[in-house]
Amino acid sequence: MSVFVDHDTKLCVSGITGREGTFHTLNNKRYGTNVVSGVTPGKGGQDVEGIPVFDTFHEAVGETGANTAMIFVPPRFAADSILEAEDAGISLIVAITEGIPAHDELRVYNHLARNDGVRLVGPNCPGILSPGKANVGIIPAAFFKEGNVGVVSRSGTLTYQIGNELAQRGFGNSSIVGIGGDPVPGTSFIDVIAAFEADPETELIVMAGEIGGAAEEEAAEYIAEHVSKPVVAYIAGFTAPPGKTMGHAGAIVSGSSGTAKAKQEALEARGVRVGETPTRVAELAAEIAGSLAR
Amino acid sequence: MDLLEYQGKQLFARHGVPVPKGAPASTVEQAVAAADEIGYPCVVKAQVLIGGRGKAGGIKLANDRREAEEHAQAILGMDIRGFTVHEVWIEHASDIAAEYYASIVFDRAAKKPLVLLSTQGGMDIEEVAEHDPHAIAKLHVDPLLGFQDFHARRLAFEAGVEADVIRGVGTLLTKLYDAFVAEEAMLVEVNPMIVTADRSVAALDAKVTLDDNALFRHASNAELRDVSGEDPQERMARERGLTYVKLDGNVGILGNGAGLVMSTLDVVAQAGGAPANFLDAGGGAKAEEITSAVEVILSNDNVTAVLFNIFGGITRCDEVARGLIEAFAQIKPGVPFVVRLDGTNDKEGRALLADADLPNVHTEATMLGAAEKVVELAR
Repeated sequence: MSVFVDHDTKLCVSGITGREGTFHTLNNKRYGTNVVSGVTPGKGGQDVEGIPVFDTFHEAVGETGANTAMIFVPPRFAADSILEAEDAGISLIVAITEGIPAHDELRVYNHLARNDGVRLVGPNCPGILSPGKANVGIIPAAFFKEGNVGVVSRSGTLTYQIGNELAQRGFGNSSIVGIGGDPVPGTSFIDVIAAFEADPETELIVMAGEIGGAAEEEAAEYIAEHVSKPVVAYIAGFTAPPGKTMGHAGAIVSGSSGTAKAKQEALEARGVRVGETPTRVAELAAEIAGSLAR
Repeated sequence: MDLLEYQGKQLFARHGVPVPKGAPASTVEQAVAAADEIGYPCVVKAQVLIGGRGKAGGIKLANDRREAEEHAQAILGMDIRGFTVHEVWIEHASDIAAEYYASIVFDRAAKKPLVLLSTQGGMDIEEVAEHDPHAIAKLHVDPLLGFQDFHARRLAFEAGVEADVIRGVGTLLTKLYDAFVAEEAMLVEVNPMIVTADRSVAALDAKVTLDDNALFRHASNAELRDVSGEDPQERMARERGLTYVKLDGNVGILGNGAGLVMSTLDVVAQAGGAPANFLDAGGGAKAEEITSAVEVILSNDNVTAVLFNIFGGITRCDEVARGLIEAFAQIKPGVPFVVRLDGTNDKEGRALLADADLPNVHTEATMLGAAEKVVELAR
């Protein structure tokens, strides 16, 4: 098993005809993801290497049975595209777009929260990879193989780094989920950790957080009460000065809250081991896997 | 993006939030003319993006023209906790009967706007929160519903607002919420919100943070950016579309993706080094962007060695290599570079670097190895 994307995924890409949209759609398709359609208003009737393009999500869903959307349009159009996908009945929306206005994200989040049948992952995320099954997004899949470690992260490239360190120690992954670095992520650490807890294939969970907000602290509480599987955590940004946004809109230490140290302490107080470097995270995972094997 | 007090007040005024009459001035002559126009007594207020202006002597009451001139003279050019005062705001002096507090924050945890109201304004609200948390009334607003009159009433009654100004406070809160939404703010804060002797309500201060990602919809707000307090290297990077934060150390850092760059800073620090900057070249950086990033990093004279830590997803390692090669052709850096390339097109990238055989460029296979190497070279 795996979480969120697998052999049942039928992907429709919003922004499929853009340069990056085409590149990554075809990458996903080559990996084996079932890419059934794309949406670009005004380009309905065209195709991208055989993938049919529609003007609206409603048409794409009606004609091709898409159940998953990947959003690759520029920030000013992204909220609208997410809302359209939801309105068309898509159940999983993966938003790659970076730089969506925060108030747009707020409206989208609160609207989607009224529909139990839809999940938004992102925005500003690298997507979801379930090795051997499906890749939806921009994660370089060649670095990862099938296995039993579930990874959830706020950062794309940091996910690759940690995943790669794990792979070098022989670990594979059930799924890798990037939840994104924005202030209002559609899916939280808790949502993904709950999915990994319920996924029989996942035996170990790795979460990679960063400064800003309180999502890691909330996850720590949740893990202590609801998670039986071992969790190893990493937090980026120990050296980040307060008051400066570190690249991600959500990564800022404001006053005394959101520091890496506070997050590490909250996690460790709930029994979650925290690796100080990506390499150390992989070492901790190896130690835990060794003790599980015994 | 943070606004100066007067920019925040002008923004408030556009949405009907009552503010005292005032005018900005960047010279003593302008300040005196503005004071004459507004009338005496008036207040001369330093405009800088930092708190504690009053304690630093940056806010003074002028009873006549001579005092207005004296204060403007003293305050313009003054240094307040590292910020030079380039502008003052001349404002009609208010007759204050009570000082309240109001703010709306973008609450990330609740994913809703949070409205706060207190009758204990004029001081640090975090201190009030600590000593007397019940003195602050709080309410989350469903962004799809918006701020309703009953929200305002609930807040006002809970906060213990004096009966005769409940309506005035409610109106101000409603307009403030309009401004928060329409201007796409991350924070609007009014401290103090005053009740005057004639029982009207007004914003005596304004703290506004706007969402940078939404500025494309607010062209006039985008022009308000105060570049005078901005670090020259940070400005150069911003103008080139790079995310750069200057730090105190000597190891220049370039990576792709905010999380990986933050992690790189941490690993360099753990290896005993001190990062000189955070620089995220972003997703899908092209060769030209890498070349300009090198320029930005090297414009900081403290840098004695540079680390490239790239794990390509959307970014292609061959583009990064081309950018570095071009940077060497253009700038001829005098400091050593350590380069770690993994991910999309990494083999091509490494091959390009091997062929170019750049002077004093070291390649490393792992992030940890690269961090240790650059720390050694930076010494």
